[in-house]
Amino acid sequence: MSEIFTTDVLTALLAGGILAGVPLLFAALGEMVAERAGVLNIGLEGYMLMGAYVGFVTAYHTNTFLGFLGGAAAGAAVSLIMVVLCIRLGLDQIVVGIAITLAAEGATALIFDSQFAESRPTLGATERIDIPGLSQIPVVGGGDTSDGSVFSQPPIVYIGLAIVVGTAWTMRRTHWGLNIRAAGDKPSALDAAGVSVLGTRTWATLFCGAMAGMGGAYLSITAAGLFEDFITQGRGFIAIVLAMLARGKGAWVLIGAFVFGISLSISDALQIAGVDISTDLVFMLPFVTVIAVLVVFGRRSYLPAALALPYVRGAR
Amino acid sequence: MSSDATAPATAAQAPPGPAETAPPAAIGRMAEIVVRSLVPVLLALVAGGLVLLALGANPIQFYADVWSGGMDFGAWQDTVMRMAPLALIACGLIYVFKAGIWNLGIDGQFLLAGGVIAGLAPELYGNMPDALMFLILFIVAGVVASVWTIVPALLRAHYGVNEIITSLMTSFIGINLANILIKGPFQDTASNVPQTEAIPFTNLLPTIPGTRIHVGVIVAAVLAIATWYAMSRTSFGLRLAILGANARAAAHVGISVPRLILVAFMTSGAFIGLAAAAEIMGIWGYVRADWNPAFGLLVVPLVFLARFNALATIPFVAALALMTIGGDLATQNAGVSNEFTLLLVGLVLLFMGVTELLGRRRSLGQSYLQGIKRRKG
Amino acid sequence: MTGTTDTAGHDAAAAPAAVELRGITKAFPGVLANDHIDLALRPGEVHCLLGENGAGKSTLMSILSGMVQPDEGDILMDGAPVRIDSPKRAIEMGIGMVYQHTTLVPTLSVLDNLMMGSSRAFRLDEAGSRERLAEVAAMLGVDVDPDAETQSLALGQQQQVEIIKALWRGSKVLILDEPTSMLTPQGVVELAKAVERLKGHGLGVVLITHKLHEATSMGDRVTVLKQGRVVGRLAPHELAGRSHQELQDVIVGMMFGEQVAPAPELVELQEHVEPARARRDLPEEPLLTVDALEVGAKGGEMGLRGVSLAVRPGEILGIAGVDGNGQRELAEAIAGQRPATAGDIRFRGVSIARLSVWQRERLGLRYVSDDRMGEGTVAALPVGLNLVLKRIGQAPFWRRGSIRHAEVERNAREKIAEFAIRTPGSGTRVGTLSGGNIQKVVLARELSNDPKLVVYNKPTYGLDIVTTRMVRERIEALAAEGVSALVISTDLDELVALCDRIAVISRGRIAGVIENGAGAEQRVGELMVGGHAEVVR
Ligand SMILES: Nc1ncnc2c1ncn2[C@@H]1O[C@H](COP(=O)(O)OP(=O)(O)OP(=O)(O)O)[C@@H](O)[C@H]1O
Ligand SMILES: [Mg+2]
Repeated sequence: MSEIFTTDVLTALLAGGILAGVPLLFAALGEMVAERAGVLNIGLEGYMLMGAYVGFVTAYHTNTFLGFLGGAAAGAAVSLIMVVLCIRLGLDQIVVGIAITLAAEGATALIFDSQFAESRPTLGATERIDIPGLSQIPVVGGGDTSDGSVFSQPPIVYIGLAIVVGTAWTMRRTHWGLNIRAAGDKPSALDAAGVSVLGTRTWATLFCGAMAGMGGAYLSITAAGLFEDFITQGRGFIAIVLAMLARGKGAWVLIGAFVFGISLSISDALQIAGVDISTDLVFMLPFVTVIAVLVVFGRRSYLPAALALPYVRGAR
Repeated sequence: MSSDATAPATAAQAPPGPAETAPPAAIGRMAEIVVRSLVPVLLALVAGGLVLLALGANPIQFYADVWSGGMDFGAWQDTVMRMAPLALIACGLIYVFKAGIWNLGIDGQFLLAGGVIAGLAPELYGNMPDALMFLILFIVAGVVASVWTIVPALLRAHYGVNEIITSLMTSFIGINLANILIKGPFQDTASNVPQTEAIPFTNLLPTIPGTRIHVGVIVAAVLAIATWYAMSRTSFGLRLAILGANARAAAHVGISVPRLILVAFMTSGAFIGLAAAAEIMGIWGYVRADWNPAFGLLVVPLVFLARFNALATIPFVAALALMTIGGDLATQNAGVSNEFTLLLVGLVLLFMGVTELLGRRRSLGQSYLQGIKRRKG
Repeated sequence: MTGTTDTAGHDAAAAPAAVELRGITKAFPGVLANDHIDLALRPGEVHCLLGENGAGKSTLMSILSGMVQPDEGDILMDGAPVRIDSPKRAIEMGIGMVYQHTTLVPTLSVLDNLMMGSSRAFRLDEAGSRERLAEVAAMLGVDVDPDAETQSLALGQQQQVEIIKALWRGSKVLILDEPTSMLTPQGVVELAKAVERLKGHGLGVVLITHKLHEATSMGDRVTVLKQGRVVGRLAPHELAGRSHQELQDVIVGMMFGEQVAPAPELVELQEHVEPARARRDLPEEPLLTVDALEVGAKGGEMGLRGVSLAVRPGEILGIAGVDGNGQRELAEAIAGQRPATAGDIRFRGVSIARLSVWQRERLGLRYVSDDRMGEGTVAALPVGLNLVLKRIGQAPFWRRGSIRHAEVERNAREKIAEFAIRTPGSGTRVGTLSGGNIQKVVLARELSNDPKLVVYNKPTYGLDIVTTRMVRERIEALAAEGVSALVISTDLDELVALCDRIAVISRGRIAGVIENGAGAEQRVGELMVGGHAEVVR
């Protein structure tokens, strides 16, 4: 087996893992924050799709940077539906979340087809930043390979890492973080303490939308360089799973996103090594592993007590 | 008290204010149901129409096409047949949702059951009477999908692991496993695309005389009624409702919570398996690799909008079936992407939610004070 | 109604009101919770708000704290009308409230709970908050661990944290909604001292309680509510110079009208509690034996370590102890809700340690949980169904697998009448009833259908005097018929009044069992204090 894992293969594996993992990272991070605040965004897939579409179109007409901003804005805009209908008006989060995903799938496909049905444009490769020195290390450096590796990535990846760290710090050390944690576990207590539950949940959800939109934009701008119908292919749901498994810890989101990213890209890497392995099987493996871990260790999963429950002051 | 045992919202508890001014309960409820289902559909059609206009298509023509595509020239029979799997999934979900359990692994359960029976059918076909074959296949489908829920169910029941995560994960696994089976052991070697060997079109499920409609529809109808009865009248339904409303209370009153979770999960799986059997054995006769009708996401919200009432899901399911069947023709004619149907379904769901809310607001908006004063005076 | 009512609580001699409620009215579906209530709160005064269960006390105070919006009426702060449309506004105005039901986030630390919403700053100020906690704790005379996870604290300690939280931002008015219901006698004394200190700092305090001796000893002014209306007031000069007994008679008269007052047999009304039960001859053969029972500790609980007890037919055995010393574990292990890790439980001659809740119930074992909202009832279901929850699937309520609504309804009518449950109807959701009435629903369910032994966990917690008396009378009446009782309570007076024997539980062990009789209270107290000193450090 050892000769399969040549430098090239390992580099491709890392690069592919990052490429596929970053969208999951953004979306799962956003979802983790929203879940802690008590909002379950089943519409994550929809936020990502809208982010992918708007991000792509913006990047196509302007530049990559604005593309990412546009994607984030689009994701946040879609999550506003969630804010208004579920957080403000108390509708069922799961129903609205599914509606958002369906509507976003329909809307993006429809509009994109009517716009670009013939041309099917693509974007060029996103520019990477080589970390001086580190990018020359074999395998993890990636300065001299076509797809980069850990230390040769587009700026958005480094921004993403900074956001993970910043989010973890905010959750632990600031009033925002404290409010978010309380809003998911016992909203009535937060309300009684004079902090708006609806406001806290609103900001957490908008953050989630923006992050998911950004992840979607990465998918279309950087990872694929094009937009196509259903480009997210269920990644929104994987991100929900990752967010729940992370139990509110930013580091776990990072690890989970990377592991799943690798599993999404491993068959490509193995093809470089000349191994032909069913993508179905490879894609199954991380899920099977997680389930096996859960079965063997029987870990009690922790979810906020008020997850997906609307808050109504004084209701009995 | 004539109220439904398991539904907390009954006429008896309606706030005194609005209840007193409301027309006789039966008419009022009928009117409410009509309003609750028609208004959102109309709003969604209007909103969708605007989108169509923006895309340069004629909305009136489009909707006429949806209708004729789903109803005319015998297409209504396709619509009715599409209702069978949708209704069976909806009923299956009622058993879990009522108990506060999120089985979101529908697609995996559906495809795995479908894949397994599609692989099994060619082995059985011709070796036994068709009736026996169908019976076996329906049972196998139910069992396979049911078994596929065991892991999330046990993890939830004994370790409290959230079943949203585990059922989604087992769903991904199930979908991939079905593909592995279809591309591997079950593959029809005679075909050059990966798919299972097909049962002849003429030997699929028998049809209702005079129509093309297969008997899976009857199975679905009977099970929908059975589900309604189980939920509203039996102790099983009440136990599920208690578990859903307050799991600690369920343990306190002597319900074996882990067992009930398992039973609810497996029942829902069995229904989803039957849905797959009805679809595969009634319509297709084989399964192609990577085929995924993704019914799960479409049905979940309907169950909510019907408030976990099996009979109330039927009109919602009918509307969905009509839209998915008729939508194909209409999008083709209008030259828009056939994903428009998804947008329309999404819009209907959003507007249904809003309509529901406005109804609730209206009854809540009035001060209870009025009712009390009036009653006293 | 009574001569002691002065109109609208205006009192020329007293300090001007810090907060004044005028004509407050609030209706819920089917009930008028507050009906044109006037109330004035003055600085440096303890205002007691009394009334039976469901009288509207919590609702009125929730209006003041911004949790509930009134249908009619005005609130005046320092004479100027204000709108308190959110708890945030209330806090800004200096109104702090300790709610009847906990408002701490169970998964957060004590410090996190206190810091929540306490400042507009971005970063959490941990160091500063620790100092402030030490300060407020010193003012109250309590000691809490800032880093403890809130859910791991005993209920009494949680209540202390609640009070600290309410005082955190230097409230002008402090509302305490039944703060003593979870405290031990010593805890109540501590609280009284703290309230006295706060008064000295010029705070206006509202105290809601069902224990009249607390009202008469701590209160400077009393307002009595009944069915949403003010039915009596006592100004400071009316309180001064009267004996506790006299005052309590007056208050009971206001609360319940003529039908109960004077009520010398009410335990709370007596200065000295006497053991109420004469010792009776009971069969020797125990009905229930608990033998070296062990239960694992989970999530901050104590667990049980080698608990042995025996209850004879018709006997009332009390379990005294500071809350959180294994009471709930014991009750749940007997009821079958929690597995025993070792030891045996025998009931009516058979080992039941491996039987399910359901099987034990069918043998005649009943459990009145202390958590009536959390597990005792299903809030979303109507009263009628809640009354048959433990008999699901059984005749006469179910026949051939199908529910008989007429039977459920008939049973509901019967129980509502028998237990005087105040509810708009049998179809009302249980969650909307007041605490006392929810408790009555639980009792009505547990005490029907031929019980043999009933485990009561804090059976009168949060109940008004009349309901409390009704519950105790039921326990005694059933005992007279041979139905045994295991009464778990933190209220020593209650146990002394009810029980044949009293066991003291401490840190998951039985510290001793005492025959009730002269001097029992003191000896139980000694055993309890031994445990108390160890538990609450
Ligand atoms: N959110 C609500 N929805 C419906 N009814 C309510 C609600 N809150 C209170 N009520 C009703 O209002 C009445 C007054 O309740 P409240 O809780 O104020 O009583 P209380 O005096 O505090 O009683 P207790 O001593 O039992 O705590 C009760 O009949 C109760 O059922
Ligand atoms: Mg109260």
